[in-house]
Amino acid sequence: MTARDEILARIRTANRTANRTGAAGTGQTAAAAGAPDAAAVDAAYQALPRDYLRAHHDPAEHDIVALFADRAADYRAVVERVPAPEVPAAIACALSPRAHPSPSTSPPTSDISRFVVPRGFPSDWLTEVSADIELASDEPPLSAAELDATAGVITGCAVAIAETGTIILDHGPGQGRRALTLVPDFHLVVVRADQVAADLADAFARLDPSRPHTLISGPSATSDIELIRVEGVHGPRTLHILLAG
Amino acid sequence: MNGSMPTYLGMPAFPAAAKAAVADSQLRRNLTHATGTIRAKRAGAVAELDDWERLRQAAKAIKDHTLANLDAYLLRLEENVIKGGGQVHWAQDAAQANAIVAGLVRAAPADRVVKVKSMVTQEIGLNDALESGGIVATETDLAELIVQLGHDLPSHILVPAIHKNRSEIREIFRREMPDAPAGLTDDPAELAAAARRHLRHEFLHASVGISGANFAIADTGSLVVVESEGNGRMCVTLPRTLISVVGVEKVLPSWRDLEVFLALLPRSSTAERMNPYTSIWSGVTPGDGPEQFHLVLVDNGRTASLADQTGRQALRCIRCSACLNVCPVYERAGGHAYGSPYPGPIGAIISPQLRGLSSPVDSSLPFASTLCGACYEVCPVAINIPEALVHLRAKVKHNFSERTVFHLSGQVLESPRRLAAAQRLASLSRRFVGRSGRIRRLPPPLRGWTETRDAPAPPAESFRAWWQRTRESGTRERGTR
Repeated sequence: MTARDEILARIRTANRTANRTGAAGTGQTAAAAGAPDAAAVDAAYQALPRDYLRAHHDPAEHDIVALFADRAADYRAVVERVPAPEVPAAIACALSPRAHPSPSTSPPTSDISRFVVPRGFPSDWLTEVSADIELASDEPPLSAAELDATAGVITGCAVAIAETGTIILDHGPGQGRRALTLVPDFHLVVVRADQVAADLADAFARLDPSRPHTLISGPSATSDIELIRVEGVHGPRTLHILLAG
Repeated sequence: MNGSMPTYLGMPAFPAAAKAAVADSQLRRNLTHATGTIRAKRAGAVAELDDWERLRQAAKAIKDHTLANLDAYLLRLEENVIKGGGQVHWAQDAAQANAIVAGLVRAAPADRVVKVKSMVTQEIGLNDALESGGIVATETDLAELIVQLGHDLPSHILVPAIHKNRSEIREIFRREMPDAPAGLTDDPAELAAAARRHLRHEFLHASVGISGANFAIADTGSLVVVESEGNGRMCVTLPRTLISVVGVEKVLPSWRDLEVFLALLPRSSTAERMNPYTSIWSGVTPGDGPEQFHLVLVDNGRTASLADQTGRQALRCIRCSACLNVCPVYERAGGHAYGSPYPGPIGAIISPQLRGLSSPVDSSLPFASTLCGACYEVCPVAINIPEALVHLRAKVKHNFSERTVFHLSGQVLESPRRLAAAQRLASLSRRFVGRSGRIRRLPPPLRGWTETRDAPAPPAESFRAWWQRTRESGTRERGTR
């Protein structure tokens, strides 16, 4: 018997034992010794109680886009809400102080005028970026060390969650592969108002589970020293959100 | 069959270890400060959701259903991970799991790995197993790094270095981190920045990453890693090979179940609406992340717990550590006293379940609780921890004096006459009272009783005797004392 067969057999024996004593809980499908009955398992799953709220702030009664802005800012993301036509100017404004720091700040460790832009990011959002800022492409893919040497990355997102102030990347067009939004120290992300879901249930229903996903709530942080939250560990230390519309 | 999990070397039973820990005033200050902070914050984060109890009951129902059909869901998970381009390995115990992981690292080929904090890899002693195979494992979670650099042991599920305060952490960094900046202060932000610099090179050059998973989704083959710092994202994204070691109880039926568990876990563990980073992936994605993905499913005693009708509820645990933070025993004794990677109330169940009740430390753990029930109240998957502890207590083989005392006390309590005689006898035991005013050590044959408990000194006169003397003998004096 393989380890796999052994473990599966032990699970079946254990569940039969517990089921006889009435402890197996909701939805036990008293499977025979052999393979489980998938249809019966699914039916039991569908019957599970789910009387929790689909959204803790009903979009019919609340401005969930404003809620998203508040909640993201609460976790120390920089949040700016701008009308859609002003996105190009807002992007230019967000990059400029990073590419042209005041002389008093310490010398930079990365190429401060080089920002990565993934394929699929709307080019008409980049029309106002200052000419001395280099917008680098990830094709061919940059090495981790090259990414580490850039000043930041500019992306869109797939979905955002108002209740928790979270953005979700599915790493599709305009978002880049996962390393792009991880290694650089600055992440500028454009969130369209129509991408904001009220809560977790709506957000997960909008996603394609076959894609890789990253949920981001504020900049990288840790609570490992005296359980006090400190921003800025391994991920981008600055998360700048442009909320469009 | 029980699993195997290393008992910390030379670990005494809980009462002895706790006694030493309670005497360490620095440790008590650190723990009181940290657990007090998180308790208040958790209460706030939970109070924000009106339907917390309904979310909790849904989570309990989903987990119970999954456990009741665990074979079906594991097979479904396996099928979908393979469909996504991953490979699935099954390990019955720690030795099998460690051998599988070491073999995969060698085949990569690599002699260094970066690790995301994972309870199951601590449980199976993976780092030691890799080291004896010539493979260096670097822990990348800040608290795990503090523990690893300090040659220390973890003492909390979420924050393994909770027993260290900021200035102690600064000392460890100064001593053990070769690239620690010269003027490093104990400001937590500076300490975090030092860890960032220290690990960056390691992340950018690692070829193998090892992770656990908070959840594994059967119907999509997705793995979910919930974290804060970004070290998890580094480990699951940058290396060419990713190995995820996951206990069989981590499986959830469906993608939509994340709407329940991602509402419960961050609020229960770090008291946040959402943790900074959650990575979700299914198999491999060409051009994005690792080229090879291996899922190692670990039993290591879990199927034995599943057969226990009361104990199986501990398999619902999502390792949030809320029960540790509210426990009066944990707050005073600290995590090391539990002699296991799983400390606190849930650890007092999981450790004996996984290792059995034969060692002194494991047979003492079910008693490391006042049964106050605070842990049950905060548990996001409604594990009735006091019930499971009492259930385990009944399984502990009591020593001779305990069995004798239990037997005799049954007989004594049946008869008022015997009770009065016993109380007179108890008053005589005052001669064993130490300077503390408590009975700490009785002579044989009752020594076994005081091995795990002390008792306040019995009064010189019992209430019944006093009543009889003052009220029934006609003296009728008014109590002036």
